[in-house]
Amino acid sequence: MESVRVERGTRASRVFAFVAVPLVVALVAMPWWSDDAGNMRLIGEMAYYLALAQLWNLLAGYAGLVSVGQQAFVGLGGYALFYLTGPANMNVYLALLLAGPFAGLMAIPVSFAVFRLRGAYFAVGTWVVSEVFSLFASLISVLGAGSGLSLTPSILRQISPDRDIRDTILYLMSLAITVFVFAIVYLLLRSRHGLALTAIRDSEPASASLGVNTFRTKFIIYIATAACTGLIGGLIFLQKLRISPEAGFSINDWTVVVIFMVVIGGIGTLEGPFIGMLIYIVLRELLADYGSIYLMLMGAIAIAVMLKAPFGIWGWVVQRYDLQLFPVGRRLARAPAEDASQQ
Amino acid sequence: MDWINILIQGALLGGFYALFAIGLSMSFGIMRLVNIAHGDLIVLSAYVAFVVTQNTGLDPFSSLIIVVPVMFVLGYALQRGLLNQTLSGGLLPPLLVTFGISIIIQNGLLQGFGAYDHRLQEGAIETASLRFPGGLSVGVFPLVVFAVAVLAIASLQLLFYRTRLGRAFRAVSDDADTAELMGIDNRKLYALALGIAMVFTALAGVLFGIRTIFAPSAGPIRLILAFEAVIIGGLGNMWGTLVGGIVLGLAQAVGAALDPTWQILAGHLAFLAILIVRPSGLFPRTRD
Repeated sequence: MESVRVERGTRASRVFAFVAVPLVVALVAMPWWSDDAGNMRLIGEMAYYLALAQLWNLLAGYAGLVSVGQQAFVGLGGYALFYLTGPANMNVYLALLLAGPFAGLMAIPVSFAVFRLRGAYFAVGTWVVSEVFSLFASLISVLGAGSGLSLTPSILRQISPDRDIRDTILYLMSLAITVFVFAIVYLLLRSRHGLALTAIRDSEPASASLGVNTFRTKFIIYIATAACTGLIGGLIFLQKLRISPEAGFSINDWTVVVIFMVVIGGIGTLEGPFIGMLIYIVLRELLADYGSIYLMLMGAIAIAVMLKAPFGIWGWVVQRYDLQLFPVGRRLARAPAEDASQQ
Repeated sequence: MDWINILIQGALLGGFYALFAIGLSMSFGIMRLVNIAHGDLIVLSAYVAFVVTQNTGLDPFSSLIIVVPVMFVLGYALQRGLLNQTLSGGLLPPLLVTFGISIIIQNGLLQGFGAYDHRLQEGAIETASLRFPGGLSVGVFPLVVFAVAVLAIASLQLLFYRTRLGRAFRAVSDDADTAELMGIDNRKLYALALGIAMVFTALAGVLFGIRTIFAPSAGPIRLILAFEAVIIGGLGNMWGTLVGGIVLGLAQAVGAALDPTWQILAGHLAFLAILIVRPSGLFPRTRD
């Protein structure tokens, strides 16, 4: 009898790990080998966009929850940070730590409403919920009503009185949160819950019939992504220093471009969001002088990808070269000894 | 008397929302298309009317002679060229493609016209009002809009239930595959459906442009309002869409009467409440 074994890693993934680890180390060390604050800010931004994309990918690409309302949790996290550090006078690090759980907590009642909806209804329902939060924020005077809140210099001094050191700390925090989010998503997908999620991605009725508790799995994913999205929202607005209902709950900034990234790169893969994020940032930086042309181009590319290669750029690569950099699946391989004896 | 006034204004506002929603309701009902760009297409119609009125001297109502055919052709071409390719692959492709169209329209308008506000001027009718005994005063323009919404829905009902084309629309809505087996060319029919939907979108856009100022970013909120009207009323039910619009308008009017800043919020909350109680709306006809 031919014996097989289950493999998780691939040669490409092992080679890639050798490249990726030094790259991450180099990025972490960046403040010490480069003093270009603009580049550092850009990489920090790439980091949090990647994290947002990875989270939306988990939600829509795996759990089948096509939400267009994730900006709700970016805004909630941002407002939590501004409220806790400002009116509530809390330490900024503690406030940032609480921003995530706060968004996660708010996601529980939200899920009761939107989980009754399916498909397109769910998508628009999440959007309406985000609008409701935005409108509430613009009514509450302690949150600055329509004009929003600013971070006072004393709060920034809690991080560091020196601007360069502060930029460095915020930069490192962006990287840390992104690595944290990525690690959570990766480990989750490699766990048995990941198997359940992948099954739901491929066919919800089939996975339910095989005993996957689809509701519970989706619920947990929804709450967890909301909490992570809230944490990122706190960090984003800690860097922007100002929040308003329009900026905090902007569907274009926090959901639409993120969706474009995921779809262009390849939905339902961990590698896709990287590629999509890079394309977005490169387009935006190259076309910075031409207004919002880059957004139109991003929309057009997303349309073309969806119609011609629905699994995105990375999906095309996988189909063609069977390449996996972050292996989350299981593949069967012949055991080497048996291999030799048969030849 | 105050409350009667508020309810009348709310109901009339509802006619406006129903008009926003007709195009969406149609494409939703016939091809299950979630058209995220719908609001932007309304705004685009207003801009087309703006360009026409600026260049021809026509007033906004007469500009419909040009705006309607332009939007019909655009709708037909969009469905034929892009959207037909998205209808077989689940929820995400149509959602994403129309998101892309939405972003392209919004930013295209931004590049072409700038971020500031425009409006269409129709003259005296904008401010005229009818006085009724008992101190009631009703604006002529909201009445016209309401009447247009009712007429639009009535004519669509005639189209659906009294013509061969309408029968074909209902057939593909019920079962697209079987309809195709019976000799209907679905792709052509869908293109025609979006074309017709865009006729009503053009109408809504021009009336919208007369009623309020508009800017390139005005689309998404129109989409949400239209969607709320469609879903409250129930999928595939045109009169339901009118009822949905009125429910939304009433909720907003009552909210605004309690506190002016609560208008839009009250509408959203009513929508969410109805969805929680009846997830498929008040009078659903088509199955999802």
